[in-house]
Amino acid sequence: MNRLRALFLAPSAAFTVVLFLAPMAIIVGYSFMTRGVYGGVTGPWTVENYQRLFDPLYGVILWRSLVMSTLATALCLLIAFPLALFIARAEEKRKNIYLYLVILPFWTSFLVRTYAWMFLLRDSGLINSVLLSLHVIQKPLPLLYNETAVVVGLVYGYLPFAVLPLYSNLERMDKNLLEAAADLGATQWETIRRVVLPLCAPGMRAAGVLVFIPCLGAYLTPDLLGGGKSIMIGNLIQNQFTTARDWPFGAAISLALMALVMVLLLALLRRDGEEAL
Amino acid sequence: MKQGRFLGVFAAGVYAFLHVPLLILCAFSFNRSKFTIWEGFSLEWYRQMFADGQLGEAAWNSLVIALASTVLATAIGTLCAYGLWKKNSKWLSGSLYLSLVTPEIVTGISLLALFQWVFRYWQVQLGMHTVILAHVAFSIAYVLLVVMARLRTAEPALEDAALDLGASEWEAFRLVTLPILKPGIAAAALLAFTVSFDDYVITSLVAGVDSETLPMVLYAMARRGANPVVSAISTVIFLGFGALILLSERMQKNP
Repeated sequence: MNRLRALFLAPSAAFTVVLFLAPMAIIVGYSFMTRGVYGGVTGPWTVENYQRLFDPLYGVILWRSLVMSTLATALCLLIAFPLALFIARAEEKRKNIYLYLVILPFWTSFLVRTYAWMFLLRDSGLINSVLLSLHVIQKPLPLLYNETAVVVGLVYGYLPFAVLPLYSNLERMDKNLLEAAADLGATQWETIRRVVLPLCAPGMRAAGVLVFIPCLGAYLTPDLLGGGKSIMIGNLIQNQFTTARDWPFGAAISLALMALVMVLLLALLRRDGEEAL
Repeated sequence: MKQGRFLGVFAAGVYAFLHVPLLILCAFSFNRSKFTIWEGFSLEWYRQMFADGQLGEAAWNSLVIALASTVLATAIGTLCAYGLWKKNSKWLSGSLYLSLVTPEIVTGISLLALFQWVFRYWQVQLGMHTVILAHVAFSIAYVLLVVMARLRTAEPALEDAALDLGASEWEAFRLVTLPILKPGIAAAALLAFTVSFDDYVITSLVAGVDSETLPMVLYAMARRGANPVVSAISTVIFLGFGALILLSERMQKNP
């Protein structure tokens, strides 16, 4: 068996080593180097790139990314929980359709979904056009290119990531507990607050991490909906590797982002085990 | 039953939030006016879309890249899932799952750094080949995820029975497990195709001058400002993916 298995694993192992682990190793190396005069990387070895992460100039962007990702995650959970509850309580044959409707936009291009919001929110967009023609407003509202637009885009983009784990958590829940709560005189709201929500904690944690991670690393959403003013970590990294041509600093930010992602995932896995995801 | 009604209304609101923006975008792609005021039905933007040579070339590139990387990633990922199902390899499955949660921008710049580094020794340039390599690299983990889910429901005893009856290990894989995996492999291929066709962030970093993809053109157009042609392309992509999913559902129901 072992020979066949080794043969089967060889291509994926090769791809993983050459196109994932090696590039990451290069990034680790670069993050300790110095920016060259023409944008390349040179010696000497230094930890200065990591110290610069705490420079207020960049700290603002890192902090903004954390705040916006937290906000988007909280909104996703707030929206996803009632929706997951609705699907879990629906008739058996309808459940699949309801779930399908959650995932369906996800199969469309991310770029298209983001553009749909640009189309709605821009100065000459649908919302402003309608409000202007109804004379509700005299000049277009600045809906696009701000932090609110970015958070809306993030919620829109990653909502399915929150619905699915919450739904599977609710599906696995022992329905007898709900009946017991009702028998003991709890109202429906009390049952949700004191029985369903506590039992949903693992689903909430999984959903939270699954939404927070892509939000934190988001690039397209802040780029297209936030304009230049609301950039996040992802845009900062891209900028270092293109316009600013400061690869060592870009590498250091990338690794800080990776570290955050891994800490979150490991914390979740340690807490809830592998089936959490 | 007040609560049930609240949930129903809430769910309807969320579904509207998810779908209405896309439906509006599609509807306005048929608008005669360039502006967001309805002035009547027209196919003008579709005509312009089909007349645009750069768009056609980008769509062709995207298709070639997506097909090539789907075939490669599906084959490699399926073999990998089978091997890991037989006996897990912690470093390999760990690395692949890590690649799945790595922010796209980090994957992109690390691959760019690798290619730049290699190109210092070899006289090659960024192009279709680097894009395909990058796409295969990030698609393998998606394929693994889907095929692995299918394998978890498979029965290892079936292969043991085949081996007892004199099949070789290769035959046991090809004749017993592979047929069981077919729906999973089809779903994995569909997912690999979608993530490849859709990718902008990684592609834009590792693409060369001759390998501009549809998302790259779409991105440039979207940034330039309101353009009904973008709505038309969006509608075509939307319908294309929809048809693909329906087709795959059909195939999985009556194989």
